[in-house]
Amino acid sequence: MIAPITETDFKQLDQLAKKYPERRSALLPMLHYVQSVQGQISPAGISACANVLDLTPAEVAAVATFYTMFKRFPLGKHHIGVCTNSLCAILGGDELWRELSETLGVGHDETTEDRMFTLERIECQAACTMAPVLTVNWEFFDNMTPNKVRELIEKLKSGAPVQSTRGAVITSIADTERVLAGFNDGKSEEGEAIDDAMLAGLQVAKARGMRAPRGEGF
Amino acid sequence: MALTPILTANWDKPKSWTFDTYTATGGYQGLKKALKMAPDEVINIVKDSGLRGRGGAGFPTGLKWSFVPQNDGKPHYLVVNADESEPGACKDIPLMLANPHALVEGVIIASYAIRAKEAFIYIRGEVPHVIRRVSDAVEQAKANGLIGKNILGTDFSINIVVHAGAGAYICGEETALLDSLEGRRGQPRLKPPFPAVAGLYASPTVINNAETIAAVPVIVLNGADWHKSMGTEKSPGFKLFALSGHVERPGIYEAALGTPFSELLEYAGGVRKGHKLKFWIPGGSSVPMLTPEHVDIPMTYEDLQAAGTMLGTGTPMIFDETVSVVRAVSRWIEFYKHESCGKCTPCREGTGWMVGLLEKFEHGEGKHADLDLLHDISAQIAGRSFCALGDAAATPFPAAMKYFKDEFEQAETIAPHTVFPFEKSHKFETASVS
Repeated sequence: MIAPITETDFKQLDQLAKKYPERRSALLPMLHYVQSVQGQISPAGISACANVLDLTPAEVAAVATFYTMFKRFPLGKHHIGVCTNSLCAILGGDELWRELSETLGVGHDETTEDRMFTLERIECQAACTMAPVLTVNWEFFDNMTPNKVRELIEKLKSGAPVQSTRGAVITSIADTERVLAGFNDGKSEEGEAIDDAMLAGLQVAKARGMRAPRGEGF
Repeated sequence: MALTPILTANWDKPKSWTFDTYTATGGYQGLKKALKMAPDEVINIVKDSGLRGRGGAGFPTGLKWSFVPQNDGKPHYLVVNADESEPGACKDIPLMLANPHALVEGVIIASYAIRAKEAFIYIRGEVPHVIRRVSDAVEQAKANGLIGKNILGTDFSINIVVHAGAGAYICGEETALLDSLEGRRGQPRLKPPFPAVAGLYASPTVINNAETIAAVPVIVLNGADWHKSMGTEKSPGFKLFALSGHVERPGIYEAALGTPFSELLEYAGGVRKGHKLKFWIPGGSSVPMLTPEHVDIPMTYEDLQAAGTMLGTGTPMIFDETVSVVRAVSRWIEFYKHESCGKCTPCREGTGWMVGLLEKFEHGEGKHADLDLLHDISAQIAGRSFCALGDAAATPFPAAMKYFKDEFEQAETIAPHTVFPFEKSHKFETASVS
């Protein structure tokens, strides 16, 4: 069942369009919004965006089909992405992929029967210093191992709280899509811990008494 | 040379990303100083500082700003490229997580300098937490009267929109980013006209990388000479270097440009224990790889160019002797195939062709003649596409052949994974999987 695009949704889409000097600029955020409501980009969602922006459905579909994050199949509750670009793959990402794919019994861009998980091989996530990396609803899970992957899946299945290593507590891909559409979910304070890798240079500098030339503002 | 924590200096403070932490350490003082100067004076400081783009191309930032025509009656726009997606690049995302206000302050100053009233921060879609942090930083700056109408009692007004992409590497290319920001497929435009003349909505637009813009406030505050006291003549200043892969302590190392790679590697604890360096890539998969003989190269735009490669994003990936070059290159080409936007035939067709050929080498079934063919295809893609993605796709194979031809030849008969068992490269312990 695909949720309908309601009158309220149309108002929200219109609000997004108003943020930009030219309304069409809001199309990507609008498609994120549609995906948060419908769990996918459906023909009805495409028509809704077209309607709000005064475009043809074909023009909107051309955009929606270009971007990897927009799916024309229903996503599960959680989206799991495994980085299998060279560096992550080599450091263990391929093994994590094998582990996840076997555990969940699904392949790339497929969803488990219970509709809990959609699995995807993803490209570089700009987290190479924490490789191998995977994402749940696009929140980082750094320095992963097969054991951590098994634990993560068990927790998500049981509904226990799961905290991203450098991000928010996991809820659902629908909630993430709402954030990407531009709606503040008030979770920016979550995930206080800054990763060791982010502090590596600063700690070496402090230990060795190194500093930048004296200046202000830092 | 030494480490120079500036943008990273306060990352170990509690809630380093908040307005209070940022202002407690002198944040937004650069903006206050800038607003007391004429916009052209701000451009001149950045020009004199020698700041160059940190996204890969290394174009002088102040010069780029000065290309924007003035008194042309058109709106001007500042667009921040925060679409960090280059394989190996992992500096803008941590920077925006830990210190988003440096970016926001830089955006306000840059907008003032180029006379833009509207700025956009285009962040890749796959990083919701970064989008939260940057959006909050914008809101906090707004609440403190630093964004909005007539800020700090001046006649300067600025609005900032944080915009999420949707998973397309090509949108890191500046003109594809503009098309994407206009709500279209992210495909590159032919240049000229350059964005400084006809960019977003065909209006004068400056596009800068996130790290570049985040460096602007401290440069304005401390002056061009302070900036030039770090780095080299052609590569002044400081840079976020991110070392990843087979090192003991992967991470962000902020240092003066010109710091030799070997010194950065030493800060990172060296190659992981019991192993030795095989190859490294100074700044993303789009720049040619180097070998142990190159480790003493100073990390500057000019020195790396002289060595036949580029500084790129300044984020070295380090691989030890357990890694198959064939496997690494093949996977990178798969990436370029996946991310090619399809606009230009050489890139669209060439990447697919290369993937098919390289797959055979991954299975130990490469044909010797295909090595020549792969060279030919690379040469046919390079320089024959609208944007740098094509050039990038044509880079890894010839670069790898320069140093590791024997490994490709070996893969004509022996599958790389039998010579380089995958589990030996893992960061975690794995039972042998065959």
